[in-house]
Amino acid sequence: MPATIEKETSSESIAIDRDIGNFKYKEDYSYDAGTGLSEKTVEYISNVKNEEEWVRDFRLKALKIFESKPTPTHWASKDLENIDYSKIRYYLSKGQQPSRTWDEVPDDVKETFERLGIPEQERKFLAGVEAQFDSEAAYSNMKTKLAEEGVIFVGSTEGLKEHPEIFRKFFGKVIPTGDNKFSALNSAVFSGGSFIYVPPGVHVKQPLQAYFRINAENFGQFERTLIIADEGSEVTYMEGCTAPKFETTTLHSAVVELVAMKGARIQYITVQNWSENVFNLVTKRGMAMEDATIKWIDCNIGSRLTMKYPGVILKGRGARGEVLSIALANDGQHQDTGAKMIHAANDTTSNIIAKSISVGTGRSSYRGLVQMPKHLKNCKNNTECDALLINTNSRTDTYPAINVRGDGNSVQHEASVSKVSAEQIFYMQQRGLSEAQAMSLAVNGFVNDLIREFPMEYSVELKRLIDLQMEGSVG
Amino acid sequence: MANANTSTLERESPAATNSIASTEGFDHGLERLENAPQWLLELKRSQWREFLALPMPTPKAEAWRFARTGNLSLEGYQLPTDLPDADKKSVLESSHLFESFAGKMVFANDQLLEQTAATQEGLIWSPLSNAMSEHGALLRKFFMTFTPDLGSEKFQALHAALFSNGSFLYVPAGMEVSLPFVAYHTACGQGTAVFPHTLVIADAGAKVHLVDIFQSARKDTKNFACGMASIFAGPGAQVSYQAIQEWNLETLSFHLNTVSAERDSNVETIMVSLGSRQARNEQHISLNGPGGNVDNYSLSVPIGNQEVDQRTLQSHKAPSCRSNLLYKNALQDDSRTVFSGLIKVAELAQQTDAYQTNRNLLLSNSAEATSLPGLEILANDVKCSHGATSGKLDEEQLYYLLSRGISRKRAQELLVFGFFEEITSQLENEELREHLNSWIGRKFHATPPTKNLEG
Repeated sequence: MPATIEKETSSESIAIDRDIGNFKYKEDYSYDAGTGLSEKTVEYISNVKNEEEWVRDFRLKALKIFESKPTPTHWASKDLENIDYSKIRYYLSKGQQPSRTWDEVPDDVKETFERLGIPEQERKFLAGVEAQFDSEAAYSNMKTKLAEEGVIFVGSTEGLKEHPEIFRKFFGKVIPTGDNKFSALNSAVFSGGSFIYVPPGVHVKQPLQAYFRINAENFGQFERTLIIADEGSEVTYMEGCTAPKFETTTLHSAVVELVAMKGARIQYITVQNWSENVFNLVTKRGMAMEDATIKWIDCNIGSRLTMKYPGVILKGRGARGEVLSIALANDGQHQDTGAKMIHAANDTTSNIIAKSISVGTGRSSYRGLVQMPKHLKNCKNNTECDALLINTNSRTDTYPAINVRGDGNSVQHEASVSKVSAEQIFYMQQRGLSEAQAMSLAVNGFVNDLIREFPMEYSVELKRLIDLQMEGSVG
Repeated sequence: MANANTSTLERESPAATNSIASTEGFDHGLERLENAPQWLLELKRSQWREFLALPMPTPKAEAWRFARTGNLSLEGYQLPTDLPDADKKSVLESSHLFESFAGKMVFANDQLLEQTAATQEGLIWSPLSNAMSEHGALLRKFFMTFTPDLGSEKFQALHAALFSNGSFLYVPAGMEVSLPFVAYHTACGQGTAVFPHTLVIADAGAKVHLVDIFQSARKDTKNFACGMASIFAGPGAQVSYQAIQEWNLETLSFHLNTVSAERDSNVETIMVSLGSRQARNEQHISLNGPGGNVDNYSLSVPIGNQEVDQRTLQSHKAPSCRSNLLYKNALQDDSRTVFSGLIKVAELAQQTDAYQTNRNLLLSNSAEATSLPGLEILANDVKCSHGATSGKLDEEQLYYLLSRGISRKRAQELLVFGFFEEITSQLENEELREHLNSWIGRKFHATPPTKNLEG
């Protein structure tokens, strides 16, 4: 563990306070692709990264697909029309290579991390940190033990360059470029993100973690993550985001692909807390082979508009997919989240539990897809969506689609909408709690069974984030 | 109606001037409306222009997601011409399901063949062809003022432009009629298009029950049916409406229905979808006054290549209303069902109770059921839930019946009856319940049984 980390512990406790993300440093970028999107931008990014021909072609093809696809406002929020692609910067970088030792990390980057509390967390439980400062991985430190076991944990650029034999096979295969407009956009301009390979039988005991930050105005972040868990291996990946507040909107459009080979388990945890001007349009999908399990734990608290529907393609017999999702929409926010389960083999099971809380004028939507084709037997899905409405002008929607063929499968879907009952609040007030405390307790009770699924550090952070969001919503 | 006269088939070769997709056909239809008031003719003309202007549905349209849109062509359908007497006779013979009723109308190809007059004073039970002139003012106040608008706008417009008849039922304030009014609508002849319209207005505190039966004279005629039924329940009114859709399996059908419920009214509707190669059912429920309560049930038993496409909207526009929706489908062979429902609760509609349930029973390996149960909630003091399940018969229940020596087919049938019990038990009218059971049973046999299942 680098010595510098010890020094800063006095500055902050665990970074939970939202305001901690609310600062920024002087923008000083060695590489800048300028604003707007054209073939030149894409070629520029590819040149800076010194990419091979096939990656460049992949990007250019994706750009064409992005341009040809309409914005999906026939079903999605009209707010998407407010994204001005010509005003966004698509690539920024410090120009530094991903560094292995703490000493090599530039000072202002360190400061950012310190305020976010990354070293704190690392000291506690992290096996390795891949913290992303804007586009490039700024710091990458993996425990020697993991490296010895053959676990690869690198940035996307490094992954494609140095381990093409491992990553090329699945890169863009789980989420094809043309899957949707935003996966195409990401495929054209992606930079940053993590590429992880876990060899057969290896159980990565501690979660791998990466922090993402956006630190330049009008700068979209397009990270690309690919995790491959080979036969019988296990890995947990955590992704948390905080971003400084800006006046104008920023765009975040990631693509995350997971591949769980036979018997492997991948757990992917996200706490999304972008500032309230960020469009967060993310495509996440996993492919689970025979007896493999993929579990998405997805928590959305920040952003202006989030559209994210983590999915699992259950490709091998006995595969299992799970999505646990918490969304909290406050004033001016729209959390449009959900899940997709594509059953493609016998005996596959999937489970979706989604809970949302709408506060003030916040709007939370659940959108889901469950598909079971006719040649399958013994597939099961269970979906539960619960929504809690706090204020009279809060809004919630549910738009699931369930398509089942054949008499061998079963699906059940349930959704409910409710508010915190006046009796509950009265009861707690009568026991001496303020109305706000009572409300907070009730809301925490609503999401508690889901929050318990998170690793301990996250569940503490989440509860406090929810408390902060609830402040001032009552009375 | 297997014994229907074949003369209809021979006589009605598709006349180009009557084609429903042509303006000549539309003009021709207008000429036949002798009693139509000016406002209605104008409405028809403007709806015809609307029909021409609107595009055909495509699979990309959200309102048609998962539905087949390739077979919606209106080519080859024409407005009906006069029926031969033999056909009229056989239609009349097959139009008496009920022994006791408050009123009856029999339509064949939208032409009125028989009507029993209502005896209650102030109550109007009239074919629309007469109501146009006799009750023009009342009709104008309600006719097509509230439409489903759930994706079939083009066909709604077509209906408005081409409809010529149907039943008009007005029940004055405080009047209670417990026996059902029954309207039979039969389509006869190859390529005939029918546009049955039902309009029920229950004034404050009135109570009424109406049944629509939709059927075909023959099994093998390709028909187009585009019906609309609108129910207006005034303050405190109680309306019960059942539609039995038993068009033949060659028919393309639309049933575009609305319920408008005022303060403290109680409405219950049941849609039974048995026939049609492709049936599109739309049901738009609007709760306009506090205390309104609407129950909406539907069951379908598709076989072969049938598709039943159901779109619903429960729109809560006033506080303290309740709505409950239950759609059940039991699918055999290669059939498909789509259920797409939405509960919409307006910001001011506090204390709403709204429920929506879709249950699909897949009885074959190639049947396909899709559920799109949706919620849009803008108020916070609500109790809303939806549930959707798709599954197969319970193996243990099936095993139990098989072990008692009951054949697999029969055991399936019994379990499906059990599955539908939740809806069929809502039918208070015993005659209707018995008929319904035999109709459902029929869909389990290659040849229709003569008796109900216990026979």
